[in-house]
Amino acid sequence: MDLKKIGPYTYEIAQHGDMKVPAVIYSSQNLLEGVRRDMTLKQARNVACLPGIQRKAYVMPDAHQGYGFPIGGVAAFDLEDGIISPGGVGYDINCGVRLLRTEYSAEDVKPKLRQLLAAICREVPAGVGKAGVIRLSKRILQDVCAKGAEWAVENGYGTKTDLERTEEYGRMSSADPAVLSPRAIERGIPQLGTLGAGNHFLEIQKVDEIYDPETARIFGLQAKGQIVVMIHCGSRGLGHQVASDYIRAMENKVGTGGLPDRELVNAPIRSALGQEYYKAMSAAVNFAFANRQMIVHWVREVFARVLGSAEGMDQVYDVCHNVAKFERHAIHGQEKKVCIHRKGATRSFGMGRAEIPEVYRDKGQPVIIPGSMGTASYILLGTEAAEQLSFGSTAHGAGRVMSRHEARRRFRGEQVKQDLAGKGIELQATSWRGVSEEASQAYKDVDEVVRVSHEVGIGRLVARVVPVGVIKG
Amino acid sequence: MPKISQGFKFFAHPADAKFQAYGGNLEEAFQNAAYALVSLMWDRDRVRPEMSYPVALEARDLKQLLVSFLEEVLYLLDSRGFLLHSVDELTIVKEGHRFLLRSRFGGDRCAEGLETFGEVKAITYHEMVIETDGRAMVQVVVDV
Repeated sequence: MDLKKIGPYTYEIAQHGDMKVPAVIYSSQNLLEGVRRDMTLKQARNVACLPGIQRKAYVMPDAHQGYGFPIGGVAAFDLEDGIISPGGVGYDINCGVRLLRTEYSAEDVKPKLRQLLAAICREVPAGVGKAGVIRLSKRILQDVCAKGAEWAVENGYGTKTDLERTEEYGRMSSADPAVLSPRAIERGIPQLGTLGAGNHFLEIQKVDEIYDPETARIFGLQAKGQIVVMIHCGSRGLGHQVASDYIRAMENKVGTGGLPDRELVNAPIRSALGQEYYKAMSAAVNFAFANRQMIVHWVREVFARVLGSAEGMDQVYDVCHNVAKFERHAIHGQEKKVCIHRKGATRSFGMGRAEIPEVYRDKGQPVIIPGSMGTASYILLGTEAAEQLSFGSTAHGAGRVMSRHEARRRFRGEQVKQDLAGKGIELQATSWRGVSEEASQAYKDVDEVVRVSHEVGIGRLVARVVPVGVIKG
Repeated sequence: MPKISQGFKFFAHPADAKFQAYGGNLEEAFQNAAYALVSLMWDRDRVRPEMSYPVALEARDLKQLLVSFLEEVLYLLDSRGFLLHSVDELTIVKEGHRFLLRSRFGGDRCAEGLETFGEVKAITYHEMVIETDGRAMVQVVVDV
């Protein structure tokens, strides 16, 4: 693939063939090697061929090959002649990250760390096939999907302030649970309030480095050693089912003829099916918001019980990694509403945007980028420049570089746990095999990913956090 | 390397799990694909066939049928906590423009103490191959 370097960390695939726009890749020499090895560039080019695509197809620094769209892909489509695609959002709709600050220091937590982790494990079911503690009726589940985190707060899980500090304020009003298939609902009922497994995790972390003290302070991060809690999970089986349902519906109704890749299946945004997918996807987004909201509440309860208080355990922010939504952006100098797809990418809005809560509006949006198990995670600041560079988006995490099988062949779960212990990190997991599959060596270097984001200017470094306790599903 | 005698084999893939499943006919290859999928999540030898679910699917082509068939395993896991032990009485027929699949899944509910491994989020069409000349082979990449 012909890739032209157009800036220190910016590469371009010029418009050619069926491409309607160029594709831009934000990457470093190192990260680009991985991107060149897999199908990321081909997939970015395919996305640039889709009807109604605006400006450019963008690829974030943590990109790797996905299904149809690359993971780390951002694309915007015209509302009149553009499309919406489940493959542009991903199977784990609103997979996302939430960060809670605390008033505790690493020293405060250290003697009670095991107790904290064990108690959180009891409250928050994790692992494959583990059902939630609450059993919902179909009607309540639909309510959850309509209201998102608002439903959780109304029912005693967390506070109104949490909602303010959540992307979309914890609820996409476009959700219509009535369009969810019975299967999506059946998969959602047992799973509300569960962490899941695989790459999902809950970590007790400490602030390790502060790059931008003024912004960090506004985000509630004051000093090195301060304890924070990070929750990474998504819409569970409900979201996976929504993606599968609409891929199938679009295959049957719109067809895949003429598409370079079956997973790029899509429907016109204006069509009944396109609209229906958007409503169902929004319902899954809300399920995920409610899920993380409930988990946050249980984490606070555990901290209160084990350490005596949950005072000051405010939410910093909650961001989506896999989502499509309508946003206003400048297209060739004209502001217009477009349908943004972010697949494995984080919204990264700069100061002034109405979508950002007042408390952060003069500064920009907090961007939370989780690392892999046992590695650092980062807090970034959204930028105004990102709107021009990437429709206000940046990276979402580390991204795998090795299959599970390969990871299992190379690492032993017990050894991974010991290595983490050597670094002062306590691990609680449901499966040794799962631990070996999620070893940090199986993932990209998140440090380099955020460095590129910072240098390009699509998300600026605020703070680095490192785990002290990890719960793996 | 994993044993081929299991009827399936995993391949290195940068981000996901990719496998091929084999059989004397398409039904056997589909059955082994289900076992390959399950091997990512639990050890099916440790699950007893205490209960069973009937499976009836239709699709517009074989790839869609394979996706639906494997998704059935994920659906039953999430909605019923059902862990697959065996795929029985599997038949695939073509009727007009539709492909029909009938089967019976034997297995048990998720019990305390049984170790489960990683999560599979979805079955994808990515790099999917279905070969039916002579012996059957299906290749699947799943989203983990």
